Amino acid sequence: MSSQHRDDILSLRGVTKRFGGLTAVDNVSFEVPTGEVFALIGPNGAGKTTLFNCITGMFVPTAGQVVFKGKDISGTKPHRTAQLGIARTFQNIRLFEYMTALDNVKVGCHVRMHAKLWDALFKTPFAKREEAEVRDRAMEYLRFVGIDNRAESYARNLAYGQQRRLEIARALATQPRLLLLDEPAAGFTPQEKVELMQLVAKIIDQGITVFLIEHDMKVVMEISQLIVVLDHGEKIAEGPPAEVRANQRVIEAYLGKSA
Amino acid sequence: MRRLQALVRENARNPNAIAYAAMAIGALAFPGIVQFASGGNADNLVSLAADGGVFVLLAIGLNVVVGFAGLLDLGYAAFFAIGAYTYGMLASQQLISSPLHHALHIPFWIALFIGLFIAAGAGALLGAPTLRLRGDYLAIVTLGFGEIVPRFFRNMKDWTSGVNGISALDAPSLPVWITGPWVNTDFGWVTNFKFQSFNSTAWYVLIVVLVAASVIGVNNLYRSRLGRAWMAVREDETAAAAMGVNTVNTKLLAFAIGASFSGFAGAFYGAKLSLVSPDNFTFIVSITVLSMVVLGGMGNIPGAMVGGLLLYFVLYYFLPAAPQQAQTLAQSLGLDWLNNAAPNGWPGIGEFISRLKFILFGLILVSIMLLRPQGLLPSRLRTQELRRGVHDEPVEQVS
Repeated sequence: MSSQHRDDILSLRGVTKRFGGLTAVDNVSFEVPTGEVFALIGPNGAGKTTLFNCITGMFVPTAGQVVFKGKDISGTKPHRTAQLGIARTFQNIRLFEYMTALDNVKVGCHVRMHAKLWDALFKTPFAKREEAEVRDRAMEYLRFVGIDNRAESYARNLAYGQQRRLEIARALATQPRLLLLDEPAAGFTPQEKVELMQLVAKIIDQGITVFLIEHDMKVVMEISQLIVVLDHGEKIAEGPPAEVRANQRVIEAYLGKSA
Repeated sequence: MRRLQALVRENARNPNAIAYAAMAIGALAFPGIVQFASGGNADNLVSLAADGGVFVLLAIGLNVVVGFAGLLDLGYAAFFAIGAYTYGMLASQQLISSPLHHALHIPFWIALFIGLFIAAGAGALLGAPTLRLRGDYLAIVTLGFGEIVPRFFRNMKDWTSGVNGISALDAPSLPVWITGPWVNTDFGWVTNFKFQSFNSTAWYVLIVVLVAASVIGVNNLYRSRLGRAWMAVREDETAAAAMGVNTVNTKLLAFAIGASFSGFAGAFYGAKLSLVSPDNFTFIVSITVLSMVVLGGMGNIPGAMVGGLLLYFVLYYFLPAAPQQAQTLAQSLGLDWLNNAAPNGWPGIGEFISRLKFILFGLILVSIMLLRPQGLLPSRLRTQELRRGVHDEPVEQVS
C-alpha cells in the first residue's frame, strides 16, 4: 500500500457496522488522501451512508477504527467530530427550515465560537464583536456558494438547488478539514451538476479534502481522483476512475452478473 | 434626537418593537392612571398587576423551553414551586422546626438569586433524564415532574409544614425608597423601607424591574450563539449535532435557563404573599402558563408577555368581576328581575355568570386560537409555518 508515504487525512481500518443480524458495513478499510476528491460509490443499500454515519459519529462502529488525522475517533460524538474538523451534508437535505439561510450558516459557525453563557446574557463587548465577525463570515460562505442574495429567506423557502448549496455553506462554516458530501448532485439538472463540480473544485482550492457519495457516474468520474466501491457492505474495488470503471466486479454490482 | 427619530422610523412597522414600547409605557403609566381614576383607591389593582407580572415572568421562562428549544414542558409550575419554597425556607422562621433547628432569614435580594440557581439546577436535573425524549413523550415526563414536586414539598413536613405551607415570610427591605402621592404622602425619602403587603406600588415597581431585566437577558440570549443552538435543536437535532452543536448541553441549558425565571418569579410570589403553600403550584398553573405562551405567540418574547398579561387579566380580573359587572349592567338597563333568583330555577344573573366562568374562559381561549392560530404576537416563524401554501416571501436586503 502506498499509505506509508502518502498523507492520509482519514483512514478506515476494518470498519464494521451491524444492526442486529444485518451487516450494513462489513470490514471496510481504505485511506482518504489529503487534499483530493475522494468518492464512495455503490448500488442502493450498499452501506455508503451508514459508513458516513460511522465517520461522523452518528453511529458507533461495531468493530474497526476510524482514524482522522492520525487519531482514532471511532465512537466520538457527532459534535466532537465536527469540532475536530469533519463536516457533512445529508442525503435528504436537513436544513434548519424555519431559520434564515444566514442563521443556518451561523449555526455552522457555532463550533468555532467562544462566547460563553455569561457573554451571551450580558452582551459583552466580546460577544458583540464575535457576533459581528460571525455575521460577516456567514455572509462570505453564502457568497462562496452563490446564494448571498437569499440570506434573509427561510431555508425552506429556497429552491432545491439553493438548499443543497446552503447545506454545503453551513458545513463549510464549521471550518472543516474534511467535507463529506452525501449525494450532492441528486436531483440536479446537467447545468447544476456542472456548477456543483466547479464548487467542489473551489472547495478543494481552500485546502479542504472532499469525500463524496454520488450516484451520477459522470460527476464521479470527472471530479474524483480516487474511488471506492461498496456492494452489500463490502469494499469490492478501489482505485482511480478509469481503473474502477473497467473493474469486472463493479460492472457486475451495478448491472448484475451476465449469465 | 435624530437618533431617536431614526429608531422610531426603523421600528414603526415592527410589531415586536411596538409591543415592547406599548408595554413599557403601559407599565410605567398604569399605577398613576388607575390611582388617579379611582381617586387613590386602586391599591388592590396595582397589587393585582404585580401578581400579573409574576405570570409574565413565568411565560417568559417557559417560552425559552417551549418556544425557543421546542421542548414541550407540562410541569413548569414545579420550578415555580421550587423558587417559592426556596425563598420560604431561607427567609422565615420555618427552619427552626426543621431538623436544622435554626432559622436562616437570608435577605430577599440574595435569596432571589439563590432561588434562581436552585430552580435552574432543578431544571437541569429534570432535563437530564428527558434528553432522549421528544414531543409527546417529553411532555408526559415533565407532567410527572410537575406533579411530583408540589407533592414532595407537601410530604416534607419537617421542612415545609406540609399542607399548611410556610407562612410569615420575610419582606424584602431596602435602605431607601421614594414615597409620594401614591401612598398619600408628599414626595420624599424613607429610610429602612420594608415591602409590606399594603405597599402595592413598591411590589409593582419591583416586579416591573424584574421583568424588564429578564426581558433584556432573554433577548440577548435569543440573539446569541446559544439562542441559535436552541433553534437548531428545535428544527433538527441530528443536523445540529453534525454542525457541532452539543445538543445535550444545549437542551439542559434551555431547561435550566427557562426554570431560572420561575425561580425568580417564585421568590417574588412567596415574598409578596408571605405564604407558600403546595396548593399554589398545581397542574393548572403549568397549563395556564403554557396557554399564555401559545396564545401570545410561541417563540416570541413580547408575544409570550402579551399572552401572559391577557390571560392573567381574563382569569384574575375579568372573570372574577364578571358576575358583579353583569348585575350592575342588568340594573342599569332596567332589567332588575334578572338579578333575582326565580322559582323556575333561574339563579340570578350574577350567579349564572359565575357558574359559566369556565365556559367563558374556554370560549375566550378557543376564539383567540381560531381567530389567530399563530398567537397574538407571533414570531415570524410561526406565521410562516401556518401559511404553508405561501411559497416565498419578499427577500429582505441584508445591509
